[in-house]
Amino acid sequence: MTATRGKAPVRTLVAWCPDWPVVAAGRAGGAAVAVMGTEPGMRGRVLACSEPARAQGVRRGMRRREAEGRCPGLDVLAADPDGEARAFEAVVAAVASLTPRVEVLRPGSVALPTRGPSRYFGGDQALVDRASALADAALEGRARCRVGVADGLFAAILAARRGVVVEPGASAAFLAPLAVAVLAHADPPAGSPELIDLFRRLGLRCLGDVAAVPSATLAGRFGPLGARVSRLCRGLDDRPPRPQVPPPDLTVAAEVDPPATQVETAAFVARRLATELGEHLAVRGLACARVCIEAETEHGETLARRWRTEGLVLASALGDRVRWQLDGWCHRSPGQRPSGGITLLRLVPEEVTADRGRQLGFWGEASAADERAARGIARLQGLLGPEAVTVPQRRGGRSPGEQVVLVAAHTAGNGEDQAGEFVLAPWPGRLPVPAPSLVHAVAWSAEVVSAGGEEVDVSAQGLVSAGPDRVSLAGGPWCQVRSWAGPWPMDERWWDPATHRRRACIQVVTAGGEAHLLALSGGRWVLEATYD
Amino acid sequence: MVLAGAVDTDALRRVGEWARPVALAGEQLLAVPDPLRDLLPEGGLRRGSTVTVEGGPGATSLALALGAAASVAGSWVAGVNLPSLGLLAAAELGVALERVVMVGGVDPRTWPAVVAALLDAVDLVWVGLPPRIRPGDARRLAARARERGSVLVTLDPWSPRPVGSAGSGTASWPVGADVRLRLVAWPAWVGFAGSGAGRLEARRVEVVAGGRGASARERRLDLWLPGPDGRVAPCSPRSLSPEQSLGRSMRQRTGRGSGGTGKRGAEE
Repeated sequence: MTATRGKAPVRTLVAWCPDWPVVAAGRAGGAAVAVMGTEPGMRGRVLACSEPARAQGVRRGMRRREAEGRCPGLDVLAADPDGEARAFEAVVAAVASLTPRVEVLRPGSVALPTRGPSRYFGGDQALVDRASALADAALEGRARCRVGVADGLFAAILAARRGVVVEPGASAAFLAPLAVAVLAHADPPAGSPELIDLFRRLGLRCLGDVAAVPSATLAGRFGPLGARVSRLCRGLDDRPPRPQVPPPDLTVAAEVDPPATQVETAAFVARRLATELGEHLAVRGLACARVCIEAETEHGETLARRWRTEGLVLASALGDRVRWQLDGWCHRSPGQRPSGGITLLRLVPEEVTADRGRQLGFWGEASAADERAARGIARLQGLLGPEAVTVPQRRGGRSPGEQVVLVAAHTAGNGEDQAGEFVLAPWPGRLPVPAPSLVHAVAWSAEVVSAGGEEVDVSAQGLVSAGPDRVSLAGGPWCQVRSWAGPWPMDERWWDPATHRRRACIQVVTAGGEAHLLALSGGRWVLEATYD
Repeated sequence: MVLAGAVDTDALRRVGEWARPVALAGEQLLAVPDPLRDLLPEGGLRRGSTVTVEGGPGATSLALALGAAASVAGSWVAGVNLPSLGLLAAAELGVALERVVMVGGVDPRTWPAVVAALLDAVDLVWVGLPPRIRPGDARRLAARARERGSVLVTLDPWSPRPVGSAGSGTASWPVGADVRLRLVAWPAWVGFAGSGAGRLEARRVEVVAGGRGASARERRLDLWLPGPDGRVAPCSPRSLSPEQSLGRSMRQRTGRGSGGTGKRGAEE
């Protein structure tokens, strides 16, 4: 098995600062210092230590008591991952001046592919010299940075630890004599202490021994980890470095001074900001599908909302949206509305993509009326909240209220036919055309009695006990029934006890000429709809 | 391309009208279904006008029917504070539901702002009237509609218990409307066969149109609202059944030739 499988490992440069947690804590001088881990797995154990502490026998992974036992007077610090990353940023920035495609492996370690920069600077050794000079300048003498180059990330990490440049194609030979313990340095770590111990007990003392074991055997014994270890030991890269494309910082902000108490003033500022943002995007050939508008008042209240801006002219669209957002904010209940003028407006573009332009459909494209309506809907959503604006959607069903339901406008596409799949199903027992023009949102109670004064009932066979003679709606006066039709029995969802529903509907026309749809369910009549 | 059989020129003409751009420059009318054209002096709803729909049973259907042809032609229609509106009936009357927006739960304080925003956004707004409207608000909304070229249709849907928020006759538009549509005659339903047989099929109503300006002259019209297919259909005064009425109007149309634009048969 050779390097024929997969792509050749990417030649990589790694710059490594030893004992970075100690350096970042500013304690890289002569004292014996140990930094204790805080993350699970390393909690209460030594994460890193300074050179004098190491000389006295303190090792990574040691318990605090043991470390203090070996090195009396050991200064123990807690790890500060954020601070470490912050301190390392200067080194990253220095190395990134060689190539923008740098990847921070972890605070203290940074990788970059060397292909382009090596050619530009005249070879790997020249690149290493330049990188270490830049890194040392950024470190300002607090620590030394070691730089190494090899084929593949794992070999490069180990080369950096030794400060060597491994010739192209020689990674496997470079790795072969190294002890299996170095597997712990892979990124992400490939060897747990247990695995490394097991390799030792199996007689696999160096990486070359592991590489000699057939890959299939290792994979069979250790699963995916075994396969990965095999590849690492043979000098094959398990992954190329992820180039980190720096996200463009396109945020635009403006302070409003004096604070804007009128929405229009703020909208005017927003329009200018939006124009500026649009220019920034255009220069980079980017489009922005979503913008977060953040507003802050003089008393520190903030309101941030995200707006979709796909396919809109940014300047006018954002000006409008700022106005709607602030309008909505100012019209909230007294406790929630801003107590002062707007002092800061910020537009943060999110979901920035390459601008591919917008192609309107040839047939049935969005008309001017559709765009006007979409703008109005967005404005009302800003004013009333997104749930208040609804659009009808056809669904399958038997009663008139089930066949068309209202769904929040932002969940449905504008101007599209939203016919569901069950609309055209037969729905036996569906009420005939014409449909009632009022489907009551509140279920009004009703009473239906026969000429004899008894409550009208519908039998299990779907027959009325007697013809309805008088109805009383919502507790109102009795009205004479002039004519009636029905009943339409419906037995719905009989297969599901929780939603099973048996109903019977009748149509009545009162002496006043009003036509109603009454439903009997569970022994109670309700006024379901009116043919107004 | 050879078209086999008789070409329905009427249908072709109608499709051609639908496929036109929504508003040609200088086109100031929103289309209404053909049977309603005789109610309006210009044969359509003048953009920027205010229409009130009042009266007994049938008012809601009439208001819905006013939005049908316009929505099919590409205009958007919105409803405010009409939680009980039967949108299935609207679809049967010909309203294109994919261009309908409903805004609900608007409290009386923000009501004028919401209606004004909708007048900016859509071509026709159905407004469920709140119990009290300040004349100033009504005038401002009418002016907004005029400025934006939208049509404001006010209605007061029937409610079994006219207390508080909504109810027939409790709310009305406080200022003069451009067009006032009123349902007068007691509606006559057909389709019942006695003792529970049959079903509601069609309703004959009489609509009286009045208003200001060109609409000041009172017009009366008998309609099937809804007709047997759920749409609005013309109705001659003395006809007894929708079939009879439709047959008569068909004969009238063929008799008068292509010039008969007034009453057309319902779309079969």
